[in-house]
Amino acid sequence: MVRVVSRRLIQLVITLIALTTLVFFWLRSLPGGPVDALLGERATPQTRELLIKALGYDQPIWVQYGHFLKNVVTGNFGNSIRTGEPVMDVIGRSFPATFELALAAIIIAIGLGVPLGYLAARHRGRLLDNATIVITLIGISIPIFFLGYLLKDWLTQSLHLFPPSGRISTGTDNTDVTGFFVLDGLLTREFDASADALWHLVLPALTLATIPLAIIIRITRASVLDVLDADYIRTADAKGLRNPTIRKRHVLRNALLPVVTIIGLQTGALLAGAVLTEKVYNWGGLGTLITDSISGSRDYPVLQALILLAALVFVVVNLLVDLSYAIIDPRVRVR
Amino acid sequence: MSQLAEHKRRRIDELTARTAEAGGVSLFRDAGRRLLRNPTAIVGATIILLFLIMAIFAPLVAPHDPVQRFPELTKDLTVDSIPGATAGHPLGSDPLGRDFASRMVYGARQTMFVGVLATMIGLLLGVLLGAIAGAVGGWVDVVIMRFTDVMLALPSLLLAITLVALARQSTQWTVILAVAIVNVPIFARLLRGSMLAQRESDHVLAARALGVKPRDIALRHMLPNSLTAVIVQATLTFAVAILDAAALSFLGLGDPDINRAEWGLMLGVDGVRYFEVRPELAYFPALAIILVALGFTLLGESMREALDPKNRR
Repeated sequence: MVRVVSRRLIQLVITLIALTTLVFFWLRSLPGGPVDALLGERATPQTRELLIKALGYDQPIWVQYGHFLKNVVTGNFGNSIRTGEPVMDVIGRSFPATFELALAAIIIAIGLGVPLGYLAARHRGRLLDNATIVITLIGISIPIFFLGYLLKDWLTQSLHLFPPSGRISTGTDNTDVTGFFVLDGLLTREFDASADALWHLVLPALTLATIPLAIIIRITRASVLDVLDADYIRTADAKGLRNPTIRKRHVLRNALLPVVTIIGLQTGALLAGAVLTEKVYNWGGLGTLITDSISGSRDYPVLQALILLAALVFVVVNLLVDLSYAIIDPRVRVR
Repeated sequence: MSQLAEHKRRRIDELTARTAEAGGVSLFRDAGRRLLRNPTAIVGATIILLFLIMAIFAPLVAPHDPVQRFPELTKDLTVDSIPGATAGHPLGSDPLGRDFASRMVYGARQTMFVGVLATMIGLLLGVLLGAIAGAVGGWVDVVIMRFTDVMLALPSLLLAITLVALARQSTQWTVILAVAIVNVPIFARLLRGSMLAQRESDHVLAARALGVKPRDIALRHMLPNSLTAVIVQATLTFAVAILDAAALSFLGLGDPDINRAEWGLMLGVDGVRYFEVRPELAYFPALAIILVALGFTLLGESMREALDPKNRR
């Protein structure tokens, strides 16, 4: 077990270092380099010279690379080109919004996906199963930003069930403690603000949850079907074990491994969906930050930090998945 | 002869006939037969075929030129109202006074072009990397696999966004290349995996024993047998490719050519911009994208199912 984890940890570190290196050289290889990106096209040679000195670009590339690595480790990504603030401040401000959204989405995806996939498998070939298959197929074939507009149009413009965009109603008296609006309301006992933030969260979270939900349903269904066919289930049945016991001890436990894997992969990919969802609902999180750092003049320092952050999240989530295998499947622990 | 014996003999005859039939059938023939019997595959293939016909015969199917602006449409055109269906223009106008129906038809062409090209480029590069990794092995394999690890550490759409951001100005080709490159690690790993699985298989051992050169073993014996999984994956990738291209358009990173009639572009730019004015501008391209993506997903999954040895009888 310790060996499995330490091997994965080493792999994780190697992957991150490789990515960091790629990002570093990627920035150097930009047409005109980061100096032009910072200055724009109308800079005088003197200002160029000054900036090159200030940024240390006159030093050998390996010295620069060393500096860059040191800065990455200490979380210093320089300043945003757009706003001039430190990159970490910009990201820190947007992070809670996306975290709140992603958490809500993954709760929806797991909470609905696993039971639905299980039920579909149990009722294989019947109406519930077929309906689930059709819905999940559409779920993975629909452009989610379009689904977002569709939900917004039907449920907010026509039926007025939900607020159309933003994280909280304007004029709501909320105190910003952690940046997580739902949590802030609870902490400061401003329950109205909490409820309002939660209300704003429903549609974006549903939109973001669509793809993970569809995929989790499909994998759960396929995995449960596989297990239901297995000899040990027939044996358990033949032994006369009661149905609930078989379901809990044998079917669910064995079917869970692929499901956990896919949950990990989908969680790691949520940031990509957030880029689209946040644009639809004007959410103002990391996804919006990515869009803003690309449209118009490109804000490379922010973009670079966001790429590393996304990769870090992805790799850490997958490490957690590997660890959870050990809890679900004792065989992994022995190995 | 008793009836029972007669019945038994007929059953045995039937059984031998069936095994004889199955025994001489290759995996592909067998898989192909199962595919034709699978309604899901038929539905998927039919959808793809219909859109392909539309793409090939676009000039014959479309009522008008997709880039021509019509005076009778531009006449009533404002930001807050875009004319709907009129005589000669079954789906009405787009925001620039062009015939929307014709743009939808030509869209099949452009969208298929983007999807096919992105998939093919991704497949070729991936197969190349995977084949090298699988055939050469050693440190080459390690380097290639670590490289794919790094690429896979980013969610695919995010990687595509990053790649487009690399280019100063996005064009149709940056979109195609970005979407293609995102899929390279998937193809590479897939091919490497199935090549490794074959390394110890009987036909490769036999070839080696016969003194076939390692390069020929890799190219003639291992590669062709590894391509099945890749082809299935390519079918599924097509669906993802057109969805990703649409997402890039929505983020403002798509093809800047305003004349280009491509569904992802039509949906991601005008479709969402005028959603409240005329939602049809979003509905039609979205529906087309969903149908094509669905078609390829259905076909790809039934292919995978048909080729799965577990389902062989």
